[in-house]
Amino acid sequence: MPLRSDIKKVLVIGSGPIVIGQAAEFDYAGTQACRALKQEGLEVVLINSNPATIMTDKHMADKIYIEPLTLDVVKRVIEIEKPDSVVSNLGGQTALTLSMQLAESGFLEEHGVKLLGSNPETIHKAEDRQAFKDTMEAIGQPCIPSKVVENLEDAMAFAEEIGYPVIVRPAFTLGGTGGGIAETREELHEIATNGLRLSPITQILVEKCISGWKEVEFEVMRDRKGNVITVCSMENFDPVGVHTGDSIVVAPCVTLADKEYQMLRTAALDIIQALEVEGGCNCQFALKPDSFDYAVIEVNPRVSRSSALASKATGYPIAKVAARIAVGYTLDEIINQVTGKTYACFEPALDYLVVKFPKWPFDKFVYAKKTLGTQMKATGEIMAIAPSFEAGMMKAVRSIELKMDTMTKKEFTLLSDEEVLKKLEDVDVDRSFCVFEALKRGISIDTIHDITKIDKWFISKLNNLVELEKWLAKGELTQEKYDTAKKYCYLDSTIERISGQKLSERGIDRRLAVYKMVDTCAAEFSASTPYFYNTFDCENEAAEFIEAHPTDKKKVIVFGSGPIRIGQGIEFDYCSVHCVWTLKEEGCEAIICNNNPETVSTDFDTGTRLYFDPLTREDVEALVATEKPYGCVVQFGGQTAISLTKHLTEMGVRILGTQAADIDAAEDRELFDELLEKCGIPRPQGETVFTTKQALKAANELGYPVLLRPSYVLGGQNMIIAHCDADVDEYMKIITATELENPVLIDKYMMGTEVEVDAICDGEDFVIPGIMEHVERAGIHSGDSISIYPCQNLTGHIKKVIVDYTEKLAKALHVIGLVNIQYVVYNHEVYVIEVNPRSSRTVPYISKVTGVPMVDLATKIILGKKLKDMGYKSGLYPAADYVAVKVPVFSFEKLHDVDNQLGPEMKSTGECLGIAKTFGEALYKGLIAAGYKFFGTDTARQNGSMGGVLISVRDSDKNDVIEIASRFEELGFKIYATGGTASVLNRNMIAANHVYRIHEYKEPNVITLLESGEINYVISTSETGRKPSLDSVRMRRKAVERSIVCLTAIDTANALLDCLEMKKTIADVELVDITTI
Amino acid sequence: MSFERFENGRKAALVLADGTVFEGKAFGAEGSVIGEIVFTTAMTGYQETLTDPSYCGQIVTQTFPLIGNYGVNKIDPESNGSAVSGYIVRECCDAPSNFRCEGDLDGYLKGLNIVGICDIDTRRLTRIIRESGVMNGAIVSGKFDKDKLLGDIRAYKVGEVVSKVSVKEKEYYPAENGKYNVVLMDYGYKFNIRRELVKRGCNVTVMPYNATADEIKALNPDGIMLSNGPGDPADNIASINTLKKLIPAKIPTFGICLGHQLLALANGAKTEKLKYGHRGGNQPVKDLALDKTFITSQNHGYAVIGDSVPESAGKVSHINGNDGTCEGVRYTNAPAFTVQFHPEACGGPHDTSYLFDEFIKLMGKLEVTSNAVKK
Repeated sequence: MPLRSDIKKVLVIGSGPIVIGQAAEFDYAGTQACRALKQEGLEVVLINSNPATIMTDKHMADKIYIEPLTLDVVKRVIEIEKPDSVVSNLGGQTALTLSMQLAESGFLEEHGVKLLGSNPETIHKAEDRQAFKDTMEAIGQPCIPSKVVENLEDAMAFAEEIGYPVIVRPAFTLGGTGGGIAETREELHEIATNGLRLSPITQILVEKCISGWKEVEFEVMRDRKGNVITVCSMENFDPVGVHTGDSIVVAPCVTLADKEYQMLRTAALDIIQALEVEGGCNCQFALKPDSFDYAVIEVNPRVSRSSALASKATGYPIAKVAARIAVGYTLDEIINQVTGKTYACFEPALDYLVVKFPKWPFDKFVYAKKTLGTQMKATGEIMAIAPSFEAGMMKAVRSIELKMDTMTKKEFTLLSDEEVLKKLEDVDVDRSFCVFEALKRGISIDTIHDITKIDKWFISKLNNLVELEKWLAKGELTQEKYDTAKKYCYLDSTIERISGQKLSERGIDRRLAVYKMVDTCAAEFSASTPYFYNTFDCENEAAEFIEAHPTDKKKVIVFGSGPIRIGQGIEFDYCSVHCVWTLKEEGCEAIICNNNPETVSTDFDTGTRLYFDPLTREDVEALVATEKPYGCVVQFGGQTAISLTKHLTEMGVRILGTQAADIDAAEDRELFDELLEKCGIPRPQGETVFTTKQALKAANELGYPVLLRPSYVLGGQNMIIAHCDADVDEYMKIITATELENPVLIDKYMMGTEVEVDAICDGEDFVIPGIMEHVERAGIHSGDSISIYPCQNLTGHIKKVIVDYTEKLAKALHVIGLVNIQYVVYNHEVYVIEVNPRSSRTVPYISKVTGVPMVDLATKIILGKKLKDMGYKSGLYPAADYVAVKVPVFSFEKLHDVDNQLGPEMKSTGECLGIAKTFGEALYKGLIAAGYKFFGTDTARQNGSMGGVLISVRDSDKNDVIEIASRFEELGFKIYATGGTASVLNRNMIAANHVYRIHEYKEPNVITLLESGEINYVISTSETGRKPSLDSVRMRRKAVERSIVCLTAIDTANALLDCLEMKKTIADVELVDITTI
Repeated sequence: MSFERFENGRKAALVLADGTVFEGKAFGAEGSVIGEIVFTTAMTGYQETLTDPSYCGQIVTQTFPLIGNYGVNKIDPESNGSAVSGYIVRECCDAPSNFRCEGDLDGYLKGLNIVGICDIDTRRLTRIIRESGVMNGAIVSGKFDKDKLLGDIRAYKVGEVVSKVSVKEKEYYPAENGKYNVVLMDYGYKFNIRRELVKRGCNVTVMPYNATADEIKALNPDGIMLSNGPGDPADNIASINTLKKLIPAKIPTFGICLGHQLLALANGAKTEKLKYGHRGGNQPVKDLALDKTFITSQNHGYAVIGDSVPESAGKVSHINGNDGTCEGVRYTNAPAFTVQFHPEACGGPHDTSYLFDEFIKLMGKLEVTSNAVKK
């Protein structure tokens, strides 16, 4: 059955901004899908609000709308573009939910649009809890005793009936948002209330808790002929109870005998058949460890994070195949790209083990709860491919960028045996490390298993590492010991440290890694997949491959950016991928090395060759030895790749683009100061300190407020604004808790307009595609600020100064390629805050709205081309006709105990873009896309149902808040304020109702007010502190829990008011196809 | 002593007919062994693999690197004992974990007296076999004279092995309320073929491979099941002749693997040796009548040449999705159908177990017809 003849024009719905539970994997899936559909000759229309994605690139689709992913907007796009079909299953939960709403409202039928992938019936059967249970029952698949309820009373009654503990799962929420395990009635009360509110249809499932069972997943595929296959099985290290996105996962399953494996495999195939999915589907099972009992936990009738992992783990391109199935092809007629001769209708066989390890944001959120449960908390993940679990774990720990190279977590080594034993009970992000520590203390595998319920197989394997390390530490380091450690993928530096002996002194014959191929078939067929991983064996398949494909092309290695985390997100993958594409266009062989399974860069057909490995010195050394590249590119892979520069230079590898010494000059405080002085560019005054005493002295000399941060930062990690000695004290205590390798920087903090530029330089000329201005004044991390292009409030003179400084800095740093510079404009003076001689997170969106292909140009430049020759003149590129506003998106509802007050430390996980002819409309779109709710319609005003605004600000903001309050009042909102703020407002003739703070224990209290549902917006800023116990933090958290828009900067509040005052609805604003810009 | 796993261990070597030597560690029984080296890509079901009589005379390599993870038990074996000559894995798990686990793989091999080698690069070995085709080899421990060994290796032939794995006497397995009497021709059958039949209400009489047509007919069976088995199908001349005699009796017949090949040979078709065979649990097979592809369990080194099946006898019903080889024949000259793959699974996918239902239906249909004729 070839391409359906009734499909000519397809709408693909993307997944929107990156949030916890819905990340880069959907850019990977969407990109694969769009390419597959275009290859079929279909006209592709795309909607996605996320500008940092590759799928929203101009050549990915014929029409591209970077517009809010709301039902109204999608309907309008359908009306404008008149596609004949919509793909429902490639844009995560967001697209699936929108598709279902479009179908159920009858809109699709009215407009003659077909739903491809999962039909409405399928989505309903998989997503609606009751329908799902009924379907499973009908085909004899066991489910966990559970009940769908729509109110708290029913939830409590059912829990009494089945007994505690119970799990609460809200219907239609992302990554299990709002769910949790309740051990007691009190806990259920809290979790169920929350879950009901977060569910868009006020529905939760209360189910028997089966914590401790094995969690097993199958990725399955089906076509419309009914052919079914399983792509991959996966087993969680953590038993049921921890969200699979937060668990270490291995593929394939290891502790299941064929009987159990086939039982669950058959169940997965029966399920996809019953649901009639056309495409990919993820089935999650709980398997009782001591019997054949199992239960279906969840089914996702769409491409998911797990399917991205399964694709990378096996080499089977699930999204690409799913897209082809959606438009009519069947599995037995789609060619398996890997072998080039067999078909997609087969099951991959692995001859290695894959280990996935999550990346959590808790290195940034020091006060947040690190416990794990049914609510996913990881922002990203890495994957390691190895011949054994032990080796896989070793590769994983060094890929995850926690500055670890073994399973030993330093802080655990300080605990007593009793404390370690106690710590094992915590189900948190460090559990695997705690198990390792426990094994080191001689705590038995049985004891650890009894406490954690982690399968003994995994614990025994970790114990092998413990034993190996003890063996290494004992006696002389022999060749045999060294070789054994290498087999488990230990780094040479680690072996030297553990043994306390130098390899050279012991005459050890050093071994470098060689490469094996990922070929979907365990070597059964000869494959030409250019996809490799390193191991310690005798054969080097990559070297053989290179020899078998001789070329006189230049070989260039591009280093990726590792796991997605706050501060280093999908933007860097966008840049890496663009670099690779351009390198290929320029006649180079582009070789990618990265370890993130969620991304486009690790799709094996993105580069000429893909190496799926950790990004450490030694791993890279082996790669260089095998590839013998002409040069390496580090400037597109974020700080991860930049960190390799020094090592590469030492190895004598050519760095293409800005050189190591210049990168250092931008990052080293003293060198940078010298450089600024030479250029005559001012920066906020500052000092470098190591101790609390020095810090306090410096702070007082500079005068508060001051900005504190460690040098070599990423995404403003551990950065604060201190207003007094106590702040400095608290900060230094946290930062000095771990060893200080680099000093702490203290700067005078200037509250001016923050401006950011990205520039492309070739050593002679430079181009600034655009100047971005931040809505929020300096002090809020640039990644968390609303950013406007082109700048709206800068004078011609200031712009000229910025262009001038940019040129000087770029030249002084000998930038070849991209540079990102942040400025603050304070009292009509321009100061430079930071220079990053690399790509930045604004590159994708600026490239898209200005039409300047920044990464492509930069890549050509690092290969030796000149801007001049490519038709670019030095200086600021003419501004576009459109205004683009980038609005950050946060995942606060998933991270309990994280203060949502914005500050110098970055907290956002993703971003949306609003594009329009005017600033106001662009801002409005951006805010809508980011999930801001707009209240205060004319109808509400007429019938007196306007809501309220709760204001509670620090003293320094009190003056500014008067106007804000008055504007809200003018719009008809009721104003509520806490003590100090209320009296300031009242004195200024604003009828603010006084509410008590939490610690005042009086009514009306802020918490009861927030729970009453009368508050639409909260404006809250506080002096200090990030401790969750603080009053203001609790209030803001309450707002997050109640999904109330909470603004923590005066400037953001003003921007929101600008939009409210326009009194527009989304129907009033023009939708923009960015391919026409 | 906790460092034992790293420090001690018997050394062993795998020597291939082409002279390649892999150094590894010995596990399982002590000693040396020569055999035909084959590989299976199945990721689970190593105990089923070890007890599959079709591997008789062969040294089996597992391409999945971690074997023995869930231990061994008394329920999963597919035959009594093991017919494999030797066993090759990358890593043998010494701390298995599973609720049914009764022992580890190393002890199991010792008990079955099977020589194993681990700690070798099985992917490299697989690639050699894939490129050169199945190859003889030897697992040896201790010192060896390579030239002499190579001579022995090259002289090795799997030979006629069905006789080694077939039952010597007939065996009877009644079903509860058995409805059909089925003769299971044992060329080296896997237990699950019998279990699938008994489960469906068949009283199964297992007959030795050399039972004559008259002996079989004398049992007056409702159906005949031709089992899987080892070796070159063309070597089984007597069995082929027996089948030739049974064809005109028009007894419903279902053949699996070697059984499929033997019936094809009996009908005048030809078989060929595949370069390195199909072994694993992920082989796609297209049912041409249904126009659907199923994932199957396979273990065979020979195949029926599809074009050689005489038109008068029947036609190819299934083909392999990867290489297009014949995977099944539906006969027109007799109520018979045969498949190259293993619908009984164990190990491997159960996706084609419906074929047993078809066999039952086939027996049922003929019963009705014959009754009608009688009336």
